Amino acid sequence: MSILVDENTRVVVQGITGREGTFHTKQKLDYGTTVTAGVTPGKGVQKIEGVPVFNTVQEAVEKEGVNTSCIFVPPPFAGDAVIDAASGGLGVIVCITEGIPVLDMVKVARFLEGKNLVLIGPNCPGIISPDKTKVGIMPGPIHRPGDMAVISRSGTLTYEVVDQLTRAGFGQSTCIGIGGDPIVGTTFIDLLKRFKVDPETRGVVLIGEIGGTAEEEAAEYIEREFDKPVIAFIAGQTAPPGRRMGHAGAIISGGQGKAEDKIKALQAAGITVAVNLSTLGNTALDVMGKI
Amino acid sequence: MKLHEYQAKGIFEKSGISIPNGQLITEANQASEAVQSINGPPWVIKAQIHAGGRGKAGGVKVENDPAKVVTAAESILGKPLMTKQAGPDGAVVHQLLIEEGIDIEREFYLSMVIDRATASPTMIFSQAGGMEIEEVAATSPELILKEHVDPAVGWMPFQARNFIYKLDPALSPDTARGLMSVMASVYKLFLANDCSLVEINPLVITGEGRVVAVDAKITIDDNALFRQKELLELDDPREKDPLELMAENYNLNYIRLDGNIGAMVNGAGLAMATMDVIKLAGAEPANFLDVGGGASEEMIMRGFEIILKDSRVKAILINIFGGILRCDVLARGVLAAAKKTSISVPLIVRLEGTNVEEGRAILKDSDLEFLVAKDLAEAAELVAKQVS
Repeated sequence: MSILVDENTRVVVQGITGREGTFHTKQKLDYGTTVTAGVTPGKGVQKIEGVPVFNTVQEAVEKEGVNTSCIFVPPPFAGDAVIDAASGGLGVIVCITEGIPVLDMVKVARFLEGKNLVLIGPNCPGIISPDKTKVGIMPGPIHRPGDMAVISRSGTLTYEVVDQLTRAGFGQSTCIGIGGDPIVGTTFIDLLKRFKVDPETRGVVLIGEIGGTAEEEAAEYIEREFDKPVIAFIAGQTAPPGRRMGHAGAIISGGQGKAEDKIKALQAAGITVAVNLSTLGNTALDVMGKI
Repeated sequence: MKLHEYQAKGIFEKSGISIPNGQLITEANQASEAVQSINGPPWVIKAQIHAGGRGKAGGVKVENDPAKVVTAAESILGKPLMTKQAGPDGAVVHQLLIEEGIDIEREFYLSMVIDRATASPTMIFSQAGGMEIEEVAATSPELILKEHVDPAVGWMPFQARNFIYKLDPALSPDTARGLMSVMASVYKLFLANDCSLVEINPLVITGEGRVVAVDAKITIDDNALFRQKELLELDDPREKDPLELMAENYNLNYIRLDGNIGAMVNGAGLAMATMDVIKLAGAEPANFLDVGGGASEEMIMRGFEIILKDSRVKAILINIFGGILRCDVLARGVLAAAKKTSISVPLIVRLEGTNVEEGRAILKDSDLEFLVAKDLAEAAELVAKQVS
């Protein structure tokens, strides 16, 4: 098994006619993802990589029965695109777009409250359930199907971790980048709850970074009710306070969001933290090998 | 994007929040004229820099004698202020705000930020005005009151009442009205200007019962600048490190640090983790540089140039995990930069991911001298050797 996306995932790419949208539509198709529709307002009479393009999400849902969206829409219009996808009834919405104004995300988050759907991102690499489907921009070949889950606030850092896992002999059930923005649709805890009941997932690698308190909250949840082994890594141990480290959400402010505090909270909850990224694969072997 | 105090106060004034009368000066000889047009004594002289902690560093002075205002202006203007947030070189003061002194009866703290956990704009109010709020949060968290705003209805008067009457059930109606009005205005201007922070510390009640914002801090959400063109003009490039400014112009995420190992990485998370690996290997990173997930050859070249311009750099680590960014593109960018500038420090390259074989071949077939690391652990070891 896997969570959120699998063989039954039918993807609509919002913003399919843009450079990134087109490029990654091809990459997804090559990986074996079922991409059955694209949406770009005003351009709904063509095909991109053989995929029909529609003007609205509504039309894509009616004609192609899509159930998952992958959004590449530019930042000024991305908030609208997420709400469009949610209103269209899609169950999983993956927003890749980086640079959405935070007040737009405040509105989006309020709109999604209480609705039965999952928003992953924004500012994220997406989701992959290896050998089943890829709804994102991660390089497919580094992944192997298996029983480790990966949840991360980062992009390329996740690829590094997945690569180390694969080399150490661990395949992955589902890998998810939840995004580097201050407001994201899905938290570590939301996903841990799903991995908890996924019989195929044996352990979880959690990759956090400076900024906010999502890791501390996850640590509390894990200690309380998560019974599978968790291996964690936190990026930004050397990041100066008050500076935004690339990701909009990666900032130590008002004394909050330090890597040190996150590592302490995770360790206090009994979670093994790989302090050095280069040893993460070995740490996974240590932890998972014992079980 | 951070605004200066005088810029933030300009926005306050437009939004109906009272501020002290004041004047901005850029030359010390404008001080005596400023003093004549502003009520006093006393007068307050305030250095306009982005870095916090200016008060403790001598960047804020109160004077009763007009001549002393001029002396104070002379002693601050054009000189670096060594605040704890400004870095080892301090922050040079280019502008001063001269203001009327305010007769302070009571001081409060008021701010608005985005609360990440509840995804809502959140107002913070405290009776501990004029103090560092982080300190108050650490020592007496019960003094900090918070109200989350539901974006569907906006800031509501009852929330202001929650604040005010929790603080002082017997507050005079006039003062209560004044505070409520400031709170409503703060929420309005927070939205209108796409702020990520509005802070008034202290928010003052004067002897006559007026509510005045004595200090002002505003940070604008960088992601919203595309629709805040007017605010863009308030950007002060003098506040930025020259290399950081250069990087900004090339759309690169670059932050200068204190060490001597230059690093070029794709992706913010991996770039941070690479800095950490350098530190754990016993060296210090000279910078954070994220060339982005989908960098072009041109951006790689520019990024590499910026690292080479930093004279403190004693070794360079390139750590690329190719995804969208292909390793062959990276290799060509590095070679293009190397052609323009000679590289006199050891270069360590760790490539992985998309088109890695082509990337390695391009570098190998060039006359560039570099060390290959097969993985991150080896890269860290090689880096440590260079500086040990």
